[in-house]
Amino acid sequence: MLYGRNGRKDDLMVRGARVLDPAGGVDAVLDVRIDKGTIAALGEGLDANGHRVVDGAGLVLAPAFVDPHVHLRVPGGEDEETIASGTEAAAAGGYCAILAMPNTDPVVDSAAVLGSLIEDAKAQAVIPVGFLAAITRGQEGAELTEMAELADQGAAGFTDDGRPVVAPSLMRRALQYHGITGRRLALHCEEPTLSKGGQMHEGAVSAELGFTGYPSVAESLMVERDLSLAAYEDASLHLLHLSARESVSALRAAQARGVAATAEVTPHHLCLTDEAVRSLDSNVKMNPPLRSADDRAELIEGLRDGTIACVATDHAPHARHEKEVPFEAAPFGVTGLETAFGALYTHLVEPGLLKLETLVERMSAGPARAYGLEAPRIAVGAQANLVLLDTESAWRVEEGGFRSRSANSWLLGQTLRGRPVLTVAAGKVAFEA
Amino acid sequence: MGEIHVMREGYLPPRQPPRRHLISIGDLEREDVERLLATAKSFSRSLEREVKKLPTLRGRTVVNVFYESSTRTSSSFELAAKRLSADTMSIKAAGSSVDKGESLKDTALTLGAYDPDVIVIRHPQIGAPQLVARYTDAHVVNAGDGKHQHPTQALLDLYTIQDELGRIDGVHVAIVGDVLHSRVARSNVQALALMGARVTLVGPAPLIPRGIEAMGCEVSHEIGAIADADVVYVLRMQRERMAEGANYVPSLREYTERWGVTPERIRPGQKVMHPGPMNRGVEIDPRVADASEALIEAQVRAGLVVRMAVLYDLLTTGPVPVEAADPLEVA
Repeated sequence: MLYGRNGRKDDLMVRGARVLDPAGGVDAVLDVRIDKGTIAALGEGLDANGHRVVDGAGLVLAPAFVDPHVHLRVPGGEDEETIASGTEAAAAGGYCAILAMPNTDPVVDSAAVLGSLIEDAKAQAVIPVGFLAAITRGQEGAELTEMAELADQGAAGFTDDGRPVVAPSLMRRALQYHGITGRRLALHCEEPTLSKGGQMHEGAVSAELGFTGYPSVAESLMVERDLSLAAYEDASLHLLHLSARESVSALRAAQARGVAATAEVTPHHLCLTDEAVRSLDSNVKMNPPLRSADDRAELIEGLRDGTIACVATDHAPHARHEKEVPFEAAPFGVTGLETAFGALYTHLVEPGLLKLETLVERMSAGPARAYGLEAPRIAVGAQANLVLLDTESAWRVEEGGFRSRSANSWLLGQTLRGRPVLTVAAGKVAFEA
Repeated sequence: MGEIHVMREGYLPPRQPPRRHLISIGDLEREDVERLLATAKSFSRSLEREVKKLPTLRGRTVVNVFYESSTRTSSSFELAAKRLSADTMSIKAAGSSVDKGESLKDTALTLGAYDPDVIVIRHPQIGAPQLVARYTDAHVVNAGDGKHQHPTQALLDLYTIQDELGRIDGVHVAIVGDVLHSRVARSNVQALALMGARVTLVGPAPLIPRGIEAMGCEVSHEIGAIADADVVYVLRMQRERMAEGANYVPSLREYTERWGVTPERIRPGQKVMHPGPMNRGVEIDPRVADASEALIEAQVRAGLVVRMAVLYDLLTTGPVPVEAADPLEVA
C-alpha cells in the first residue's frame, strides 16, 4: 500500500537522544543503532560499529510521523506539487509515510490512473507514499468506483475528499461494499446545501465581516448521518479533518456504542480560530473552516483523550497567484507538511495544552493504525522510521524556505519552536537539516 | 529555511510612515470620525458659495475603480475630487482589461504605476481594497467591498444624523431589512456604536446574520421594534438575491406586509433614512420616502461633502484648518 524509491538502507547511530516512543512505552536517554535500515540496538553506551554517529544530546528521537491526508496534486497540478517535492517536504517535516488524496485531474478512480501514480512514486518518492482512490467515479457522487480492483492495484483506502458523498443511499452502498477490500473508507463530511457559498465559520466574525457562513452543523449533521449508517451496517470509517465540537461529541458517543470510527484533525484547526480570518489573509481560508474557540478547545480535548486518533495536515498546496486574490476568490487550503510539528509544539505542547508524548503518538502510531499500516516504533528489529526533533531552538517560517512547490502557509512570518533535524524513513536517511 | 541575514543598522532604509487608508470603519477612532465630520461641515459651508471649487488638492490624482455598478457613489466621489481640484480618472470593470481576465493584483500594479494619490475602489469581493493597498503606494478608499464595508456611506449617514438631530451620542437607530447582504448595515452598526448611538436591527431571522449582536447592537424580528427609534434606517431589499428558491423570505409580498416601512408604522417626528437605490413599495412605502421626515436627499448631499473630507483628510495630516476651505484663491 506504500510505494517509494527503493535503494540503500543506511547504517547510523544516534547517540544520547531522549528516545520517546509512547506506543512502545519508551522514554529514556539512549543510543539507537541502525544496521542496514533496521534498528539493531537500543541502550546506553552502545558501540557505533563504525557507523556514522549523530549526536542526539538535547534532542528528542521519536517514531517518525505518518500523514494520512496530503494533496500531492498529481496528476494535473504539477505546478503546485509533485510526488518528488511533496515527499521531500514531508521528509523535512519528520514524516516517514504519507497518504495522498485522489481529488486530482483526472481523479484517481481507475486502476490505470492509480497504477501510473504508483510507478511514479517508485521512481520519485523520497519517502513511501500511499494513494487513496475515489469512492465514486470522478468523485461525482453517482457511481461507485471498482473498489476491489483498485485495492488489488494498491489503493491505500477510499475517499471523495474535497466533497461529501451526498446521497445517503450511495453512502450506504459504499459502506457495505468497501468491506471486501479491507481498506479504509475516509469521509469528507459536509452537507452541501448548508455550506453553499460558505467562506468561513458562521458566527460573530462572519456576521461582522459579511462573509457567507459555513455553519458547524453543515459538518456535524453529515458526521452524524455517516456514523448512523456505519452503525447500521456495522462498518468502519474514518472521518477527515474534523472542525466542529458537535462532530467530536457525535464521534465520541458513536465510539462508546462500539462503532469502529476513527478521525483526524489538522494543525490549523488545533491552533487557530475564526478570529484569524479578520486578517482577510487567504492563507487562513480552508475547508472545513477555522471555527470558534469552543470548537478548538473540543478538538484539542478530543485529540488528548483519543477520540481523535490522528493529526493530519490536509497539506493543500496552491499556486501563489491563486491565493493572491481577495479572500472570497481564493481557493480553500493551506500547506502543512513542513510546519505541522513546529506549529503544534509551539501552540499546544509549550503552553501545556497537550503532552509531547500524546502529540507524537497522534502524529505517528495513531494515523498508521487508522489506515491499517504498521506503526513506526523504536524497538530492536523494527524498520528504522525515526525523527530527531529539536525542541529548543526557534526558527522562522519564511516563504523561501519550503521544499514544497507552494508556500501558502498560515504560518508565514511566525517564529516556531520544534523542528525535525533528521528523518529516517523506511531505513534510510530521507532528510537532514 | 533560508538563512536570516541581519542588516547592519546603517544600511536600514528610513522608516516610512504607514499609508493611511479608509477601508473599514474599524480603522477609525471616535476622534477621527469627529474630525472628518467637522471637515465635511466646513466644506458644506464652502459649497454654499457661488464658486464651489476649492484649490486644496490641485495636482493630486484620484483614481476611481468600480467593479460594480454604482451611480451615486461613483458620481459622488468623482465630484468630491473635482470640487477639490484633483485630477480624476474613472475606470469601470466592463470594457477594461478586467474583462480580459486581468487579476486585481495586476490591475493594482498597473494603476499604481501612474502614482495616483488615492485609489477609490468598489469591488464585489470582500478584501479587495486591502489587496490594492498591499500592491500600490496610494491611499485606498473602500467604496464598498462585497457584503463587508462601505465606510463613506456610514460616515455620510452619521453626518446626516448629526446635522438633523444635533447629536449622535444616545440616538436610537433602527436598521430595518436585509442586514445579511448589506455592507451598509455593517458599516453603520460599527460607526453608530463607535459614536455612542443605540442600534436595533429589525428583520426576518434569515436576513439577520447569526452572531451579529457581538458588534454591539440589538436584534428584533418584529417591525414593532422600530417604534421607539429616533431614526428608522431602511435597507434596500436586494431583489437579485431574493430569487425564487433562495427562501430568505417566502415572497417580497409577505416581506412588505410584515416589515415594509409604511406611514402607519412611523410615528410623527421619526426620521427615515435609506442608502438608495430604493425599491418603492417593497421595503419603503412611497409616502414615507416622499414625506418631510425622510432624509434621503440630505444623505446624498452629505455624501459629497463627506467624501471631500475623506479625500482631504487622507492627503493632509491632522485636523483641517478652517482656512483650507477658503475659496478665494481659486482663479
